[in-house]
Amino acid sequence: MSTTTLPPTEKTQPVAAPRGTISDRSRAERKLGWLLAGPAFVVMLLVTAYPILQAVWYSLFNYRLTDPENRSFRGLGNYAVILSDGLWWQALLVTLFITVVTVVVELVLGFALALVMAKALSSIRPVVRAAILIPYAVITVVSAFAWAFAFRIETGFVNSWFGWLPGVAADTDWFGGQWTSLLVICLAEIWKTTPFISLLILAGLAQVPDVLQEAAKVDGATWWQRMWRVTIPNMKAAIMVALLFRTLDAFRIFDSIFIMTAGANGTESVSFLAYRQTIARVEIGLGSAVSVLLFLCVVIIAFGFIKGFKIDLAQARGER
Amino acid sequence: MSRYGKGRSSGGAATRGRRRQLGGAAAAAVLASTLAACGGGDGGGSTPVLNWYINPDSGGQAEIAQRCSDASNGAYTIETSQLPRESSAQREQLVRRLAANDTSIDLMSLDPPYIPEFAQAGFLAPVPGDLAERVTEGVVQSSIDSATWDGELVAIPFWANTQLLWYRKSVAEAAGLDMTQPVTWDQLVTAAQEQQKLLSAQGRRAESLTVWLNALVESAGGSIIEENSSNPEDIQLGLTTPEAARAAEVMNTVANSGVVGPAFSTSSEDTSATEFEGPDAGFMVNWPFVYSRALSAVEAGTLDASVPEDYGWALYPAVDAGQPSAPPFGGIDLGVSAVSRNVELAYQATECITSDENQTYYMTTNGNPASSAAVYDDPEVLEVFPMAPTILDSLEAAANRPQTPYYSEVSGAIQREYHPPSSVTPETGERAQALIEAVLSGDQLL
Repeated sequence: MSTTTLPPTEKTQPVAAPRGTISDRSRAERKLGWLLAGPAFVVMLLVTAYPILQAVWYSLFNYRLTDPENRSFRGLGNYAVILSDGLWWQALLVTLFITVVTVVVELVLGFALALVMAKALSSIRPVVRAAILIPYAVITVVSAFAWAFAFRIETGFVNSWFGWLPGVAADTDWFGGQWTSLLVICLAEIWKTTPFISLLILAGLAQVPDVLQEAAKVDGATWWQRMWRVTIPNMKAAIMVALLFRTLDAFRIFDSIFIMTAGANGTESVSFLAYRQTIARVEIGLGSAVSVLLFLCVVIIAFGFIKGFKIDLAQARGER
Repeated sequence: MSRYGKGRSSGGAATRGRRRQLGGAAAAAVLASTLAACGGGDGGGSTPVLNWYINPDSGGQAEIAQRCSDASNGAYTIETSQLPRESSAQREQLVRRLAANDTSIDLMSLDPPYIPEFAQAGFLAPVPGDLAERVTEGVVQSSIDSATWDGELVAIPFWANTQLLWYRKSVAEAAGLDMTQPVTWDQLVTAAQEQQKLLSAQGRRAESLTVWLNALVESAGGSIIEENSSNPEDIQLGLTTPEAARAAEVMNTVANSGVVGPAFSTSSEDTSATEFEGPDAGFMVNWPFVYSRALSAVEAGTLDASVPEDYGWALYPAVDAGQPSAPPFGGIDLGVSAVSRNVELAYQATECITSDENQTYYMTTNGNPASSAAVYDDPEVLEVFPMAPTILDSLEAAANRPQTPYYSEVSGAIQREYHPPSSVTPETGERAQALIEAVLSGDQLL
């Protein structure tokens, strides 16, 4: 059995207008479009393009905030230092690890939660939805503190509650090693952002037409078959958008690491590395170079998703 | 792929619109309240307002600000603003704002290790010569050193902190240790092992680790920075010396002694203080706040009164018998911003803030030891701080952390290489030295 989707509907083709000329109406529409979107476009340029360009410019200098007189042009030297440093590669690996683990787990969990929300009785649906959304409403720093307190030896309850698990004892120092620290960081992230994914997936579930489900049911498809052959193929766009947003988000992880380990025990992420060079060491040049590299990574991920998985962002929002 | 979302999505768009409105309103409210908060500093009226950025304490600096405002007879009013709790975060905020010539900062409570950086960057207004003489009179040397860069006083010594060796009298007695004589780290490890009690120190990857290492190196007779310079490439480090190797050896012995508590590699000053209030407590190196902390726990009913009664104190442990220890130095010095509009008044205020009377008040109410030696003779101080004479002795023997404009690099590299303390070997010094040199010459990240 192949996947079941409805055939694409034909778009209304524009009535053949002479090529190269734009009708008055569409010209007016285009103008209105710019008028409406223009202010937002200018603000976007100011708050994103300008800082990005400035970071690129600074990244070419040897520039320490407390020693501005000795600012000197370094060309791509900062990039060479970073890319030949083990610290960068370790931070990149840690970031990729956290990204992959959290996003995969969140996708599975989020899907399950979305199904629960979709199927819940309409009388309790608002309650279920609110309950599931609460972690997402919590400020990341606050949730990081909550998880840190729960796992710390002095303040935590985890060691005494889960002492029966192999490897957990009263004196298990979760933040003393790389893997245990990463485990707690990932758990906190998963707890906090699964609602985001499940919300996007819930929107996707709502887009699957009931006709297809009914048709499949009539054909005798089991629940699993309907899930794999009907539901998921029909909401691929929503899933991909959820994945893309979460991956970009997860790649920039900072708060939980800052609160829980402050980058100790090999838990430093790329944004934490950028923070330490720029803010703590006030090495604006070196820090900007790290930020630019982080930006490039994010761009690569975004393009990889959009080109590789052929995501149509507009479609997922139901605009087309 | 589905193209059937239209019907539902128009409803969704309406909800989105409403939500966006709500978000906009919330953002506007936040913005308004922030702006209101920013406008509060100027006051108005004819009395100049001095903004004093303080490190968080138990309200003592705010009270001193009030007292000095009153005593100035209308010459100035001091308003306090609180900096973040961590001293590294305090520095981050101040450096950013001073580099941007923020004139709203007049006075700053500065953690001493960062003073050379501030001075070298020209963030601190020069101290008037006559004032420098007055504010250093009768002040312990380690505190004057902490406020000095390049042979000149650049900040005003305010309060001075030092770590003591804390011990449970019962445990020391059972172990047969004579605590009136200097003891060594090795003796403490042996005693704790025999008595099966804890030896608490700070093994966390944080500033406290640099504090510990510096005290060990200085106690062994060495220095982390042997030859100082304002040029990062000319700084001569002393981490490959026999003294630094000996310090690493002690660190390793302590961390692997089996008596340091389960979370040693993440234990902070607070962790140590908690351990020391517990039933397994034996010995601890820590700042004097642990005593008032225990007393307030007794008051709150969470600690038995017999516990602080069992607290004993002595000079910081020595590395080798016969060689006096060099205890860690801490505390706060006052800096006056070079871009302040009221430099003269601000310096006038520092003299009031650091008066013996205010230091006595600060020590007895907030538990922060004075930098002026005369305060330690005050009967009131002796009553609240029975260990005051030991603190004064410790301050006189105390050694500052390495003074350099690149302190955060030096300390950061040390924290990276010397953590966890259980993995430290004499070779760690070579790695740390190579790392600091590479970082300072811009060849490596930190």
